[in-house]
Amino acid sequence: MPYVTHSEAERSEMLDTVGVSDPDALFDIPDSVRFDGDYGIEAHSERETRAAVEGLLDESPDLTEFLGGGHYDHYVPSVVDHLSLRGEFLTSYTQYQPEITQGFLQALFEFQSLVVELTGLGVANCSVYDRATALGEAVLLADRVRATDGDTVLIPADLPDRVRSVLDNYTDGPEITVETYPTSGGTVDVDGLADQIGADTSLVYAATPNARGVLEPDLAAVGDLADDNDALFCVGSDAVALALLESPAAYGADVVVGDAGVLGLPTTYGMGLGLFACREDFLRQVPGRLVGAGEDDAGNRAYTLTLQTREQHIRRERATSNICTNQAWLALRAAIHAAWLGPDGLVDLAEECVTGIAAACERIDALDGFTAPVYDGHHFREALIDTAAPAADVVDHCRHAGLAVRAVEDAGEERLAVCVTDTNQESVDDLVDALAGYGGGA
Amino acid sequence: MSQKRHERRTEEAAEGDDEGDAPHQQARWYDGDRYEPLLDEKSTDTVTVESSLPDDLTREELTLPDLSEPEVTRHYTRLSQMNYGIDSGPIPLGSCTMKYNPAFTEDVAAHPGNRVHPLRTDEDKQGILGLLYELQETLATVGGMDAVTLQPPAGAAGEFTGIQVAKAYHEANGEGERSEVIVPESAHGTNFASAAMAGYDVVELPSNEDGRVAVDALEAAAGEDTALLMLTNPNTLGLFERDITEIADIVHEAGGLLYYDGANLNSLLGKARPGDMGFDVMHFNLHKTFATPHGGGGPGQGPIGVSADLAPFLPTPQVREADGGYETYEPDHSIGRVHEFMGNWLVLVKAYAYILRHGDVGLERISETAVLNANYLAERIEYEVPYGPFHHEFVASADEDAADVAKAMLDHGVHPPTTKWPEIVDEALMTEPTETESKARLDDLAAAFNAVAATDPEDLAAAPNETTARRIDQADAARNPRLSWHALDDT
Repeated sequence: MPYVTHSEAERSEMLDTVGVSDPDALFDIPDSVRFDGDYGIEAHSERETRAAVEGLLDESPDLTEFLGGGHYDHYVPSVVDHLSLRGEFLTSYTQYQPEITQGFLQALFEFQSLVVELTGLGVANCSVYDRATALGEAVLLADRVRATDGDTVLIPADLPDRVRSVLDNYTDGPEITVETYPTSGGTVDVDGLADQIGADTSLVYAATPNARGVLEPDLAAVGDLADDNDALFCVGSDAVALALLESPAAYGADVVVGDAGVLGLPTTYGMGLGLFACREDFLRQVPGRLVGAGEDDAGNRAYTLTLQTREQHIRRERATSNICTNQAWLALRAAIHAAWLGPDGLVDLAEECVTGIAAACERIDALDGFTAPVYDGHHFREALIDTAAPAADVVDHCRHAGLAVRAVEDAGEERLAVCVTDTNQESVDDLVDALAGYGGGA
Repeated sequence: MSQKRHERRTEEAAEGDDEGDAPHQQARWYDGDRYEPLLDEKSTDTVTVESSLPDDLTREELTLPDLSEPEVTRHYTRLSQMNYGIDSGPIPLGSCTMKYNPAFTEDVAAHPGNRVHPLRTDEDKQGILGLLYELQETLATVGGMDAVTLQPPAGAAGEFTGIQVAKAYHEANGEGERSEVIVPESAHGTNFASAAMAGYDVVELPSNEDGRVAVDALEAAAGEDTALLMLTNPNTLGLFERDITEIADIVHEAGGLLYYDGANLNSLLGKARPGDMGFDVMHFNLHKTFATPHGGGGPGQGPIGVSADLAPFLPTPQVREADGGYETYEPDHSIGRVHEFMGNWLVLVKAYAYILRHGDVGLERISETAVLNANYLAERIEYEVPYGPFHHEFVASADEDAADVAKAMLDHGVHPPTTKWPEIVDEALMTEPTETESKARLDDLAAAFNAVAATDPEDLAAAPNETTARRIDQADAARNPRLSWHALDDT
């Protein structure tokens, strides 16, 4: 067998030591539940296996994607793969023995520090699964720290269904009520939110960029409303956008959630790296793993998993979260990517997310039959576009040109959604050409 | 000829033991009187943010490390040299199944066909859907389950998903008032936490004298409030719950469901299937049984399998065959999503490649060898193993503080077992060597255990001495939390 290395002689010797002639005799399984069938899976050589799996994957066509919608593609420098794939990192376990895992602990401490810098908040954990589960954890945290009259969480009407669905599962157990508040003109309707918020509100969530790609113009007003009602203010964003945008702590965020996988992780069918940061006074309510600095017996600085009494393996049903395995390796990759970019590179990448979609919208808006973007305001990476022809037809037309764009339902309309980053920017010409041929006969 | 060469190597390994050489020594990087400095201590830059955006939307400045590529490379290379992985040596952590991660699966994961956006149309992601379908069907067969969702992004997420599915099933049957989940005292901590997260009261089930579920206690605990019993089998002592059929009958007769925690599935491949034992819902830990790398804590993936009755409640989307290809669909009474997309796609790809590489015979050999290795190692160590017969893992009892034993083992160049848990064994050393350790490495491990067993308790308390860091004062780190380099500046 490929990764079992005993020779026949060694195997016999081991069986002798154990006192059986066949390993099967070591299985203390009643006959009534023994499996005597086959799985029906054939073994393959390494070469055959690669050919089979890669052949299967090749069934997807090669398309230029302008998709976005919660999963974004940026160029990941080669150094990220080369360093993160070092076996000492890749094949290590959670750092239960810190004396022999200082390297990974330091890398996670550095990741936490990057998130603290980007969010302006006092504490960041070393990851949850993705942005949707991060929001779920934020809502559960609010439920623990906020002694409000009720358990209502307010989310914007444009929160993507996929995220809402995850949130609904997280709020089901503790019976937290999730209500939407209105948006207008593509952004938070502050007056509408003011009408809805009350003494029973434990948390208000808003994202920037929001689901329409628009940068929220006045989150300070949302923060004030939350504050006035003793609710937590949770901001959703991502690790690239935060490099450019005002620090959420500066306008009153108590918790920041989102995706840090925009660094270090290219398009991989929706894999994420959940970012979670909060105010320092919530430290003992934070979900997931935390790395802290301390000292070893020799008086040197050393790193260790800390405040583990919050966690499931110690606190069991009273833990702050059930999370055990997290996304540590992706946090390492994000940190390497950020270190490689440096502050200049990171800000430049974020600025490209502003200028790229703006330039694309300007060109598309100039075409007959398109209004781009639908909403005023500054956009980040993506925008919604009105089409004279049915949006689904426009999507099909682009697909024939090898371009993947999406049609979305927004405010009762079918609209086109387009995402532009550094990795597809040079194909915007192709997109504009394709759309130019399909202004629609409206 | 190859046999002869092999014997010579083994002898060399044995000689090394005699001289007391540790098979793996930790690197220690110094820079003056410090370790490898933090990124921000190496070089930091504050940039004034200039943007096409209005000032009120943007930050004024950003301060972050600013290193050249060569310096980034050296920093992380040094950090990697201060880290121990399965590529460095064995990690016999019980219930963690730290086995060798085949290198080729990383190449499969790097194939361009993985670079697919999840919001493509079904037609444009047939490669992805094909793999999802093949993997879900394969896991259903391995688990003896009728349907599988691949979506949960980790084992604990799988538990939560499975409990939500069970809850939805009970509610659909007008039994939503069932409020309790029964969990054996020796179960993984996640079982308790996942049940509580789903809103259930946790009822702890004591073990009997032989380390297994106390069936009479279960009979007393199971009733009209029971939603679920969560069980891992073999349990955390490595013991097969021989009364599993009776246990399943008790829970089912009470109207409850049976949940299988897949953390210990590495001992059952080709031998037994949770579905055949009466389990209604289970999770798989792909990063354990199917060897995808743990990456210092994740990503993992925790697919769940269910019986036919529960299939309509699985998360959306599911994948099925259609018109010579594949399509996604939403099960009739789906609980919705537990991850925004499909969890950790690359873990799914690597696990599928691993299964395909092994086939039936290889998978059965995995479990046989994992169980043989655990039994062989247990025979070679001097610590008492109070419970048996065990399978892929055993729990030894240290005469001294198990945490001290672990620290002392570090000086012998190996990763120690899980310590002080499960609590049913005094000063527990919960040990799972896995199938990928050779006899020579198992002998190294046994030598490390035995050397530590023979060490003076005072010397144990002073260990480790050969590692990157000496023993770390964890209590102080928790009392005085410094969780970012900003906090270091303050002190």
